[in-house]
Amino acid sequence: MKAIRYREIDGNSLGYFALVGILGLIVAAGGLAALYMEHNGHWVTGMTNQVVWGMPHVFAVFLIVAASGALNVASISSVFNKKAYKPLAPLSAILAVCLLLGGLTVLVLDLGQPDRLVVAMTKYNFKSIFAWNMILYNGFIAIVAVYIWLMMERKMNVYSKYAGFAAFFWRLILTTGTGSIFGFIVARQAYDAAIMAPMFVIMSFAYGLAVFMLVMMASYKWSGRELGEGTIQRMKSLLGVFIGAVLYFLLAYHLTNLYGTENHGVEAFLLVDGGIYTKLFWYGTILIGCLAPLFLIFCRFTKNSNTAIVIACILVILGGLSQMYVIIIGGQAYPMEMFPGKIVESGFFDGGVKSYTPTLAETLLGLGGFALALIMVSLAVKVLRCLPVSMADKDVDPHYKAEAK
Amino acid sequence: MKQDTDMNRRRFLGQAAAAAGLAVAPGVMLYEVQARPAGEAATSKQRWGMLIDTTKCEVGCNDCVTACKTENGWGASETKSSTEQQAQWIRKVKLTDKQTGHVQSLPLMCQHCETPPCVDVCPTGASMKRADGIVLVDKHICIGCRYCMMACPYKARSFIHESLSGQKAHAPRGLGTVESCTLCVHRVDKDGTPACVESCNAKGHKAMYFGDLNDPNSEISKRLKEFGGQQIRADLGLNTGVRYQGL
Ligand code: SF4
Ligand code: SF4
Repeated sequence: MKAIRYREIDGNSLGYFALVGILGLIVAAGGLAALYMEHNGHWVTGMTNQVVWGMPHVFAVFLIVAASGALNVASISSVFNKKAYKPLAPLSAILAVCLLLGGLTVLVLDLGQPDRLVVAMTKYNFKSIFAWNMILYNGFIAIVAVYIWLMMERKMNVYSKYAGFAAFFWRLILTTGTGSIFGFIVARQAYDAAIMAPMFVIMSFAYGLAVFMLVMMASYKWSGRELGEGTIQRMKSLLGVFIGAVLYFLLAYHLTNLYGTENHGVEAFLLVDGGIYTKLFWYGTILIGCLAPLFLIFCRFTKNSNTAIVIACILVILGGLSQMYVIIIGGQAYPMEMFPGKIVESGFFDGGVKSYTPTLAETLLGLGGFALALIMVSLAVKVLRCLPVSMADKDVDPHYKAEAK
Repeated sequence: MKQDTDMNRRRFLGQAAAAAGLAVAPGVMLYEVQARPAGEAATSKQRWGMLIDTTKCEVGCNDCVTACKTENGWGASETKSSTEQQAQWIRKVKLTDKQTGHVQSLPLMCQHCETPPCVDVCPTGASMKRADGIVLVDKHICIGCRYCMMACPYKARSFIHESLSGQKAHAPRGLGTVESCTLCVHRVDKDGTPACVESCNAKGHKAMYFGDLNDPNSEISKRLKEFGGQQIRADLGLNTGVRYQGL
């Protein structure tokens, strides 16, 4: 393998400005939405005392989960020493930090008292998995930043491997922590499961890689650089494996839940008669988010088409958002079972399934976080020397064709 | 062990009472306990609790809820919030048995858990339990993340969705923070009884009792000893301070 040459993208084409412009508009809309919510209070959102976490959390958790997964490419190169992934490791690490920052921004802006962030940063309750997560997130950003620097600074290259290891383990803990936010909620039938944490890790692999592949393919296409079939095909197969694993975990999660009688109610709700949540689960998560991309990736008519791969990645992301919606909102909509065997009525909506209709503001806030992550990546590839000049097969993996045939 | 069963707790209470009783006679001790001067910190000598006799609680009666609203100033102040968004510190719940059709009624509020999930999850420590078992939210460090609301098994907490005005000095409430039943801590600290209990008794229903669970001579402890008392979602092992009879 030749030495890889990195260079910033020129970033002065019309396309680049258009991209940054559009993303910037979405970020601005998200910012305005946040101001509007903070100025008025949360009554302008669809969130209530019944469904307390809404659309912002769907996006925030998705972004945070995807962030950890976006680091995959870097981890595979440093930790598992796969040379073919090495050239793209810096991009992978940068994307991971950007996604995390995007997600955290949404989370913070949704707080009832966002201006008390200092409080959240200085007062820790060490029993709270939330507080631990804040430490995990900050640590992740710090470790990955060091990692990026070591990778990009030629003299320091030899050490990047160690930082890669650290980042790899840190991000596993981080996603476990994010999953545990839900796993620790004993009060709600849908959440109280240890499998939540590993399931989030697997989901992060799939979502993160899907986002990474889109960013990678776009960067190369729009900057007119060459991206070899070998790289795309290799990652695509990996994505297929991850999607398969997500399917497996979803199955395991629902089956183990069905095993306990006390969970039959909530399982029937999510899988059979939960209205929007059931639809989102089967059509959104399973069909659009898993089966369709698997088909696109492995069917022999589409598997060599880059367009099909791009579509598959987009579907995985949509499926991921849908799954977050089912877990976060569906889990709250289902009534808490306080009095088994009784019909429960009250002036505070006990007993019935709770409704939630997201408003434009909270959806814009979520989208804004996504756009913020992408705009940061766009700027990063322009100012940092993190993108290899060529990812042509002959430059990164001369043996690719020979192996594949 | 944190997850005390009723039995364990009583045994513990017995020992504690015996230990305290070494120095002082029970009656004297009781006096000492209740006369805690203002400004002195709450101690774990007491564990404040409530006992609700569901057989005496009338379907359709809302006196406790009304009393709480008046006392703590919630209920009418939120004009922009939808009904699902309005705060509810205490609510009346009607239960109908699916098999027998038997109907029961009970008030439901923060259960003042001994091992409160809301306190465990709170990232900043705003959600906290006093030494005497009263669970509160410190409005100054609550960041409004609502994790405690996700974690409470009784849906006892409310988030404030709009700016409020005209609050009571003893019950500060604020936009973007979370609140719940305080067990009328401002009254309890002055030897008083929570407003809901007071009104229930004043109206002659006598379905609610308030007192010190650590004091074997308090009426609540005696009643619990004689008739027993259940916790809602006892399976979670939270050892709630609010107990129910006839559930
Ligand atoms: S009932 Fe809910 S709010 Fe009250 S102490 Fe228990 S967990 Fe906390
Ligand atoms: S909403 Fe406030 S009291 Fe509840 S967990 Fe968050 S910071 Fe703590």
